[in-house]
Parts: sequence; C-alpha cells; structure tokens
Amino acid sequence: METTSNLLSSVLMARFAAQGFLRFDSVVPDDLNAVAMDAMRDGVPDVPYGVPLSKAFPPDSFAHRLVTLPVVAGALRSLVGPEPTVDHIAVHVREPHEGSAQPLHGDAIIDTRRDAFDVQLMYYPHEVTADMGGTLLVPGSHLRLTNESDTGRYQNLRGQIRLTCPAGTVLFLHHGIWHGGRRNDSAQRRYMFKTRFNPTTPQVRLWDTADLDDPAVRAELTTTFPWYEFATGRLEVYNRIKLWRTLTGDDTFDIDYWATRVSNRPGRTA
Amino acid sequence: MKQQVLVLYLSSSALDDRVVGWARYDGTGRSNPTTGDSDGDEPPYETGVDALRDGWRLFQASQLIPPYPGHEYDTSFMKHEFLFEKLE
Repeated sequence: METTSNLLSSVLMARFAAQGFLRFDSVVPDDLNAVAMDAMRDGVPDVPYGVPLSKAFPPDSFAHRLVTLPVVAGALRSLVGPEPTVDHIAVHVREPHEGSAQPLHGDAIIDTRRDAFDVQLMYYPHEVTADMGGTLLVPGSHLRLTNESDTGRYQNLRGQIRLTCPAGTVLFLHHGIWHGGRRNDSAQRRYMFKTRFNPTTPQVRLWDTADLDDPAVRAELTTTFPWYEFATGRLEVYNRIKLWRTLTGDDTFDIDYWATRVSNRPGRTA
Repeated sequence: MKQQVLVLYLSSSALDDRVVGWARYDGTGRSNPTTGDSDGDEPPYETGVDALRDGWRLFQASQLIPPYPGHEYDTSFMKHEFLFEKLE
C-alpha cells in the first residue's frame, strides 16, 4: 500500500483539528465510481471489527482500490498512522422522496478520548445535488461530548453544511462530529459508503510537518463557527489547543495565552 | 387547540441575543420540519425577542448551571435553549 506520499500538510491537519473533517472533491476516478456503484447496489461484504486495513478488503474490491488511492492513503496515514484497524463498514442509502431526515447525531456512544481519535471515511460514488439531501455536517462539533442521537432536537445550526458534491468525493471525519443524512427529495436513490478506522500508533506528527510554523496553522486553529455560543466557543478553542499539543507533542503550544494563563500556579507543584 | 413549537438556541443566556440554532415542531400537521431542511441558512428570527414580537410565547428557558468540578472545559449540548409556542 502506498503510504508515504500525499501526506497532509500541517495546515490541513490544523483544519481537521478545528473543523472535525476534511473534504476532497472528485478524487476517485470515474471508472472506480462505476465499480463502486455496482458493488453498493449488489451488497458489500461485511468486515469484522478490528481487522488490519491491509487485510480488510479483497485486492480486487472497490474498497481496496479506494483506500489505496494515494490521496486517500496519504490522508489516512496522516490522521491515524500506518496500518489502522478497520472498525466496520456501512453502505448508507437514502430512498427517493424519503419523508424525513436522520436526526443530528454522532456515531457510536459518547467517546471521551482527548488524546486519540478514530476517523470515518465517507465516499460518494455519484454526484449529490441539493434535492438529494446530502449529508448534514456541523463544522467544529467534534470535541463536544454528546451521546449519539441526543442532539436530535437540533434541526438547524448556523453554518451547517448541507453537502452537495461531485462524484468521487471523499470526506474524512473525526469520530465525534455531528452529522446526519438529510431528507432525499429527489427521485434518485442516494448512496454513500462509510468505514471507520482506529489508530494503532500514537497520533503524533504523522503528517508532513514541514509547514508546522506556518501562520496559517494558527489561523485554522482559531476558526470559529456561526453556531457557536460566544462563551462556549472560547472553550472550543481551548480544547483545540489541547488537541494540537497532543498531535504535535508540543506541550507549550498556545493561542493567545489561554492555556498558559489558566495553568499558571506559581510556587505550587503538581 | 393545537400547538406549534419553536426552539431557539441563542449565543448567550440573554433573550435578546443572536439566534445560532433553531428547530420547529408543528402540531397542526400542516408542515413536517426535519433536520437540515430549513429554507436557506438563516434562522427564522435574528434574536429571541424578535420571536416574541412576532407572537410566539416563551414558555421555557434553560437554567444557568455551573460547570461540575473537573469538567469546566468540557463542551456538550447547546446551553442557551429557549422554547416558544403558538396555539391555534
């Protein structure tokens, strides 16, 4: 498997740390999209929990070809390291004129990890238009500790992304991000392939760190979103500081002195 | 008599602060709002007070609860939830 090229930059990693997802449009070639569509219509074989990625998918399968595309392999390597385990797979189908949407949710149960994360890959083998009810994503929601569909009451948040995308688009999501399948108002079935990856190595400086000191890194990490309450939005930045310290192994990293200030206890020992 | 419910999430605990999230539930059966399908990306009102001025009746606002010790930096649900109704 190609894993040493197409690594993410520090700027993109910082974007992931701040927003909880990365988006790559049209990175899957049309011939593979066609193969994937056929496979998803026919049924994709299940993968047992915890299988190493290199053993998860048959070599001739669309899933194997997908995860070995250099852009996909490089992103996975950057986010979860070499040879992650495959958690599970799912083919999500939204039926034509489906009357309701999925409630806003995070996948699995509440996940309290602050120094590790799983990544979910979402792959759209065909174009998704607005009336097909693409995935709803809430940028910057991934560090909130909520349990599965307990967020279902939130129908709309300012700055939410109602995904439309060309065929062959791939998203990488932090496990905690709030999302949901929107109502499909079109006459077409909508398909999406999803799989989850668990790291098997510390998630520290796994990407191309050549641009680690680029001011754009800090700019990404200070991004706020229109749905953030003012005060809680500050806590989101604080939690990103902690995440970035973990990802870089730099426990002095800070933004506007926030973490340094609240840990300052002169003369005291732990 | 049937109830329409509007839920607004505000940027702070002040009712005249900015709306950052919203949901509607229609007990009349005339509409079926669902997740992510609001017209456009703008909320129905700019502030909570704007909803009052349009005839919505406030019946519940979130309490202000101090953070539990050890969880001062945790973020979770939207904190400033206001529930409104219209009856018809």
